[in-house]
Amino acid sequence: MQQPILKVENLTKVFTRKGQPDFAAVDHISFDLMPGECLGLIGESGSGKTTAVNMITRLLDPTEGKIFLDGDDITGISGRELRKVYAKMQMVFQTPTDSFDPRCTLGDGIGESLRNNGWGRSSTNMEVARLLEQCGLSADFASRYPYQVSGGQCQRAAIARALAIKPKLLICDEATSALDVTIQKEIIALLNNLRWNHGGKLTILFICHDIALVQQFCDRVLVMYKGKIVEQGRPDDVIRNPQNDYTKRLIESIL
Amino acid sequence: MSEPTVRVQKIKKNTVKTRLIIFGTLALLLLIGSIFSEHLTPYDPYVQDLSNAKAAPSAAHLFGTDRYGRDMLSRVIVGSRASIYSTLLLVAIITVIGTVIGVFCGWHGKWIDTVLMRISDMFLAFPGLVFALAVAGVLGGGLQNAIIALAAISWPKYARIARSQTLSQKETPYLKAAKLSGSGTWKIIFKHILPNIMGPILVTSMLDIGTMMMELAGLSFLGLGAKPPIAEWGSMMSDTRSLITTVPWVTFAPGLAIFVSVMIFNLLGDTIRDYADPRSRGR
Ligand SMILES: Nc1ncnc2c1ncn2[C@@H]1O[C@H](COP(=O)(O)OP(=O)(O)O)[C@@H](O)[C@H]1O
Ligand SMILES: [Mg+2]
Repeated sequence: MQQPILKVENLTKVFTRKGQPDFAAVDHISFDLMPGECLGLIGESGSGKTTAVNMITRLLDPTEGKIFLDGDDITGISGRELRKVYAKMQMVFQTPTDSFDPRCTLGDGIGESLRNNGWGRSSTNMEVARLLEQCGLSADFASRYPYQVSGGQCQRAAIARALAIKPKLLICDEATSALDVTIQKEIIALLNNLRWNHGGKLTILFICHDIALVQQFCDRVLVMYKGKIVEQGRPDDVIRNPQNDYTKRLIESIL
Repeated sequence: MSEPTVRVQKIKKNTVKTRLIIFGTLALLLLIGSIFSEHLTPYDPYVQDLSNAKAAPSAAHLFGTDRYGRDMLSRVIVGSRASIYSTLLLVAIITVIGTVIGVFCGWHGKWIDTVLMRISDMFLAFPGLVFALAVAGVLGGGLQNAIIALAAISWPKYARIARSQTLSQKETPYLKAAKLSGSGTWKIIFKHILPNIMGPILVTSMLDIGTMMMELAGLSFLGLGAKPPIAEWGSMMSDTRSLITTVPWVTFAPGLAIFVSVMIFNLLGDTIRDYADPRSRGR
């Protein structure tokens, strides 16, 4: 039995705000993600998907629960140890343009993880050019600023940035939601391509609220509703034979 | 339909740029003038000529002479160094201290943030100049102590701005991406946060130059800043205030200098604020 790349146990986030009752945005979710697998996470807006991945990437501290990456407990780590973990796990954000510093070039952003891991300037520049071409952009995009490129081009650059350090796990938080349908298709094609040309090792956690996209892209799907995982299984099975009321409504609303 | 808006924006952008050039040049001239002030004076500002005391403005002495017969124009020119340099030093000090404290609070959060922000609240709640008077009174007079006193009451404004800007930067996706790239705290602060928050902070500094010049002059006027015979505009006005009814020019000359410089720096600050606003600049 292989060990999962990512194992999440009882992950919970409770937001406490003054004058309002405590609110569990993510409520005791547990799942495993096997090497090479592409796992979809769907659910309506506000169901806690982003909160969940922010905890997995340790950008947000969980209220309760544990996260294991590659067998190591990463729930409580910080500083240097956490930075080491980011060489194994990367994320693509929902808003491509906002995910690059407006005062740095795309090349700076893509090469940042390499520079932080001891790469020299010229080898970083060459690798950035290679990554840009791999993601379907020409090498001269490295000197552009985020507001000088379109959303789709920026998302390609963001994928290049996420892949720069050769992570084992790639998390896409609605990476296509902010794009037009045609651009969306191109990005999915790019991800598909990278998935198989990454030595067959790239594991993807694909967050989305479009069940059709998940059906064509993912091996397995988790359905999230109000912070809980209400259903999971192969996308085809979940769509044909939903067990949970919420999933039924979700599928009906699309068909 | 969209053409007129485009034209309006262009005109606006151009006037902002022209204003920037005009006021930038004036401020620069003022600065350069104050550096070389000793060489620009028509007379020696410290030489007394009692036979020509209290002379009214004339072709020879544009601003007249004071009660010791010293040329007022020369004294005002030399005074620019103390007035302008101490003001710039003061503004630089409060900008740096306020920004450091604000970024630290915003980034670190937790109890340190609470403690420092309550302290800054205290400073903000106190009538500033009264507090500066007290500090300058305790420390004794002198330009240096006046700067310390004003710095002590003026940093909280910058700390507040830097803190709120840092907090909003912390929420941006690109800062999360920088963390995921394995950048440490210092790199994130210097490469990503500071460049993105410097705009509003610098605009505030520019707008504060005028205010701080007035407050320094005010302290000097009250005898808590520059001490005679150093020519400083505030203390020059103070020294001569008893003569205002008989020889008004000795008070008006430094007053006019303060007025003009404060105006220039305020207008430059306004212009930089307009220029930094992306709506008036476009991409
Ligand atoms: N920092 C926060 N403080 C309080 N509530 C939050 C915070 N972040 C998210 N939430 C709430 O948590 C819920 C889940 O949000 P999110 O994880 O962004 O959902 P999704 O990504 O599935 O659209 C939402 O109701 C949101 O309002
Ligand atoms: Mg989301």
